[in-house]
Amino acid sequence: MAWRIVVGLKDGVRDARGERVRREIREHLGIDLQSVRTIDVYTVDAELSDAEVEAAAAGPFSDPVIQQVTVNQPLAHDFDVLVEVGFRPGVTDNVGRTAREAIQYQTGREFADGEGVYTSVQYLLSGDLTVENAERITRDFLANGLIQRWTIVSRDQFDPEQGVPVSVPKVTSLAPPEVKTVDLEVSDDALMEISRQGMLALNLEEMQKIRDHYRDQKVRAARQQVGLPLLPTDGELEALAQSWSEHCKHKIFAAKIEYEDEQGNRETIDSLFKSYIMQVTADVRKKMGEKDICLSVFKDNAGVITFTDDWSLVFKVETHNSPSALDPYGGALTGIVGVNRDPFGTGMGARLMFNTDVFCFASPFTTEELPPRLLHPRRIFDGVVEGVEHGGNKSGVPTVNGSIVFDERFAGKPLVYCGTGAIMPRDLNGQPGHEKKALVGDRIIMTGGRIGKDGIHGATFSSEELHEGSPVTAVQIGDPITQRRMFDFLLIARDRGLYNAITDNGAGGLSSSVGEMSEDTGGFEMHLDRAPLKYSGLQPWEILISEAQERMTLAVPPNKLDEFMALANDMGVEATDLGQFTDSGYFHCLYNGEHVTYLPMEFVHEGVPQLVLPAKWTPPQLVEPDFEPPANLDGVLCELLGQLNICSKESVVRRYDHEVQAATVIKPLVGVANDGPSDAAVVRPLFDSFEGVVVSHGINPRYSDLDAYHMMANAIDEGLRNYVAVGGDIEHVAGLDNFCWCDPVESPKTPDGAYKAAQLVRANKALYDYCLAFNVPLISGKDSMKNDYMVGDTKISIPPTVLFSVIGRIDDVRQAVSMDAKRSGDLVYLLGITRDELGGSEYFALRDELGSRVPQVDAEVALARYRVVNSAQKQELLASCHDLSDGGLGVALAETAFAGGFGMQVDLNKVPKDAAMREDRLLFSESASRLLVTVRPQHQAQFEALFAGQDFACIGQVTEATELVVTGQQGRQLVNSSIDTLKEAWQSPLREL
Amino acid sequence: MAKQVRAIVIAGNGTNCEREVAHACKLAGADVADIVHVAELLAGRVRLDDYHFLNLAGGFLDGDDLGSAKAGANRLAHAAVQGSKDTLSDQLQRFIADGKLIMGVCNGFQLMVKMGLLPAIDGDYRSQLTTLTFNDGGRFEDRWCALKVDKDSPCVFTRGLDSLYLPVRHGEGKFVADQTVLDAIENRHLAVVSYCDPDTLEPTMDYPLNPNGSLAAIAGVCDETGRLFGLMPHPEAYVHRTHHPRWTREELPEEGMGLWLYQNAVQFIREEL
Repeated sequence: MAWRIVVGLKDGVRDARGERVRREIREHLGIDLQSVRTIDVYTVDAELSDAEVEAAAAGPFSDPVIQQVTVNQPLAHDFDVLVEVGFRPGVTDNVGRTAREAIQYQTGREFADGEGVYTSVQYLLSGDLTVENAERITRDFLANGLIQRWTIVSRDQFDPEQGVPVSVPKVTSLAPPEVKTVDLEVSDDALMEISRQGMLALNLEEMQKIRDHYRDQKVRAARQQVGLPLLPTDGELEALAQSWSEHCKHKIFAAKIEYEDEQGNRETIDSLFKSYIMQVTADVRKKMGEKDICLSVFKDNAGVITFTDDWSLVFKVETHNSPSALDPYGGALTGIVGVNRDPFGTGMGARLMFNTDVFCFASPFTTEELPPRLLHPRRIFDGVVEGVEHGGNKSGVPTVNGSIVFDERFAGKPLVYCGTGAIMPRDLNGQPGHEKKALVGDRIIMTGGRIGKDGIHGATFSSEELHEGSPVTAVQIGDPITQRRMFDFLLIARDRGLYNAITDNGAGGLSSSVGEMSEDTGGFEMHLDRAPLKYSGLQPWEILISEAQERMTLAVPPNKLDEFMALANDMGVEATDLGQFTDSGYFHCLYNGEHVTYLPMEFVHEGVPQLVLPAKWTPPQLVEPDFEPPANLDGVLCELLGQLNICSKESVVRRYDHEVQAATVIKPLVGVANDGPSDAAVVRPLFDSFEGVVVSHGINPRYSDLDAYHMMANAIDEGLRNYVAVGGDIEHVAGLDNFCWCDPVESPKTPDGAYKAAQLVRANKALYDYCLAFNVPLISGKDSMKNDYMVGDTKISIPPTVLFSVIGRIDDVRQAVSMDAKRSGDLVYLLGITRDELGGSEYFALRDELGSRVPQVDAEVALARYRVVNSAQKQELLASCHDLSDGGLGVALAETAFAGGFGMQVDLNKVPKDAAMREDRLLFSESASRLLVTVRPQHQAQFEALFAGQDFACIGQVTEATELVVTGQQGRQLVNSSIDTLKEAWQSPLREL
Repeated sequence: MAKQVRAIVIAGNGTNCEREVAHACKLAGADVADIVHVAELLAGRVRLDDYHFLNLAGGFLDGDDLGSAKAGANRLAHAAVQGSKDTLSDQLQRFIADGKLIMGVCNGFQLMVKMGLLPAIDGDYRSQLTTLTFNDGGRFEDRWCALKVDKDSPCVFTRGLDSLYLPVRHGEGKFVADQTVLDAIENRHLAVVSYCDPDTLEPTMDYPLNPNGSLAAIAGVCDETGRLFGLMPHPEAYVHRTHHPRWTREELPEEGMGLWLYQNAVQFIREEL
């Protein structure tokens, strides 16, 4: 039978959660309730005695100091409407899982299959509201209909004896497991219908290629010999769809592109990935010779570079955009917990060191009506921020670097970039830590969480635009604690040498992880019936491709199997032997002895046909705006500081633990009041050494509207500039590229595909040119190519966006430099030249103008500057160093001043420039590669000698008086604002979010 | 006098700060600072009896899914040790009876409170009298806080200290107790550290100086022997000057303030155990 354990706060105890919900309902929906109170409900569905349930209720489920608890009796009273929100069947319920474990500890008995604990929350709403209002509050704020269900009861309907009736969201067994076949000998239209219906996301050519495979006489003979049907099985089609998905095979980056530039020059690019990304890395490595820092690039779940003699660095950045659009909390939580598994599953495994997060949203303050199926940006903002908070904080990994970028087009799809850095031993049991190889005969071991229907078709789903029929099962909710237990176990297993290879189960589930690992041996045999399930009723193909979270796959040699399993058992982690790696040449899965897949390995991995894409670059018609310079720039500066792309993100930063592991040396918030914006993070991961890791990023989607080539160039320069600003060694640095594009494949849905493809080509050309010029190898990356929203005739495409993440080294963290002005009397220097480059600037955006002159990066000059900045840092000549980016010099001056708690006196006439320029343009130009530094007067000569021959100038002084004063021609004051005013303008916009 | 100072840090099921806590113990002079997975204790391969200083580190035991450290407290209360009649709870009570030291930080403090190890008024180490619940702001926060030390407290960890500056990183740090218990805590000087205004060192209820709305601004409490101590702020997160958020702009001693607590513990063990 099922019980309801109801837990509420005692009378008079403050309900902080309820108060927060009330506040947020007001902010999100404009509905001002009198009060919101909350009650937790645990529905226990198991063979237990009443006494055992009572003991659980009084024990682990409630807090005797502040809570009251009842069993099967309601606590709710004095409300106008009660809303109870619980999960739909099969959705990951972490609290329910912990509750179940707590009862098991108390009783000493395990729950039987099918028994469980399910959680729900009651919101007691009071105030002037109708049931319709309550429905809106529930649908648009309290719950997400994709994963949750709810009951709404008004005061009059509520039965004070019974309360809300018991309802158990148990997954009921569906059809018995069976292997079905699919007939592909049908018309082309019918082939496409099979692809669409089955969420396969395969195009006609791919479907035909699969059909033809089954016509092949040799294939037919082999199938007959093993006893398989001649028709493809559902498992085979699904496995191919996963392996061949855009998500897994990067078909656009692998495509043959026919590119034509604005002059009519044509060229054929055979794979952007090979021609630019891999090529520049190879070329940089050759150029660097003995100073090459790469250890493992592009072949594993994450990239690996050298760090110290004994340790290597691992870094990976992923996106989780589509799931976050549907369920912002679960999508983002899964994003961060998922990317954690990438470095962990690299080489023989790595210890996680930091997370990074970059989000791209539409304004949370949008008041425009949104097309169907899109969540309000405010909801996306809150959900994503909270998801990453729970994922990162609970995993014990500090979030050290990130940013939030706003553009209205991200309403169509938010971008959620999550990165994780890790550290691994250079050598492990006598072998390089970054290498691994599964051997023939090794057991296929899956460990961690169990398999459910969650995340089925995640890989194929994210390879499509968001549409009406986007599947619910694509949404998953991560479970950081199950993962943490698994990691604790696996690090010990690694050090004891208990496995030969490891990888994570991400997109495509077992199909991908085992499929990829078995490339080492040339085949595998896996028994899907042995896989542990969350509930019964999964079809064999579902087990194969489920993306249920928190699972790693390992190759364990038979002679280590017992020790591996015993350790897992000791540490309370589930591990299951699913079969073995073979050299059969086949991707072979069985279910209770019946064949589910029997696919030649080379067909799975190499069979996908190459796309051919047209790309034509037609430069957009750009106009330089013509407006009178404002008489006074104080107001403009304040407005700029309050722009969403510039303003303080402190309310988000504080919600992330940025210093767990006690290694964060330059934190995200710095300065006299711990609230200035850091350029980059410095982490000291080894307690016995002052060698540090520096991490930063660059991202400039707005520049794509002018030219994606320069968008890319500026992102690279911004990433490196931030990195160098805190002290990162420009000679020991690597990059990661994460492309998020709108669909660049020309079709009736995407008539401008050739332009978007040309933007993609141009971004890749810049990636090659600038990484080569800066000597920065690319070590890993990812692309997400279908960031469009399409329902009916409404299409929203995101601006082409590349996040360029940077990781590298600082010899001694004690030489790191923060961005805040340190003392009055220090000299203020501007490094680099300012040009009339306001195309895509925040200053123009204030006036809804795009402009025409996008900032251009001169890598040679920039690199020379960054090297000298490093020398100055090593000689400890820089009191502060801050990069100039959005809002240009004006914003950088203000930030440096108010973060330090000092004023500044600056003469704009002294700013190095290449031509005469209007003062407002000079102050807000976003020319690249510039840094603002402050220097103690006694270091002036030494500092200026170092930079001799470069574009730089002393433009002013830090002052005790707390005003930022900027003067122009004839000494006219352009800005004279108190730093408190400027700081308030910068802090207020997102303070309450 | 203890020949060797042996510290243990329990890890597993969601602890996150075990490495830096062990490092702090070593820096403070502990001869041994073992990170031990709870599975090792339950398997009977490691015993608490072999240590002097038990550290319960920060993290999210069982995800804090039933309220901070609730599920963790339940787990420890019912944990049997293989090959022994003792439960882990028995080992713990013996550890306390032997006059040894326990420090719980953040989730470790929450665990001690929910198990009843603190404040343990009148020596009752099994009843939960106080709690740590959701911050008034309803959210997790990472920020550095000034702390005033009650110099009349029996706490052995804070001997000789006036004030501290440490980070809090929690969503459930609001200290709550009924008035009788609060009075007992205050009268017996068990409220070892309180959130205060850095300029006046006066305890405060003002956000963000008091980051969570803790009653009486209580940030940490000890038992009446002063040997059991728990606090929400993280001393292990400030053992070197580069941990300080303003180390690039202030002249600071090489050692961080958080280290003092560990040094006091090690010294106490050397001299008195």
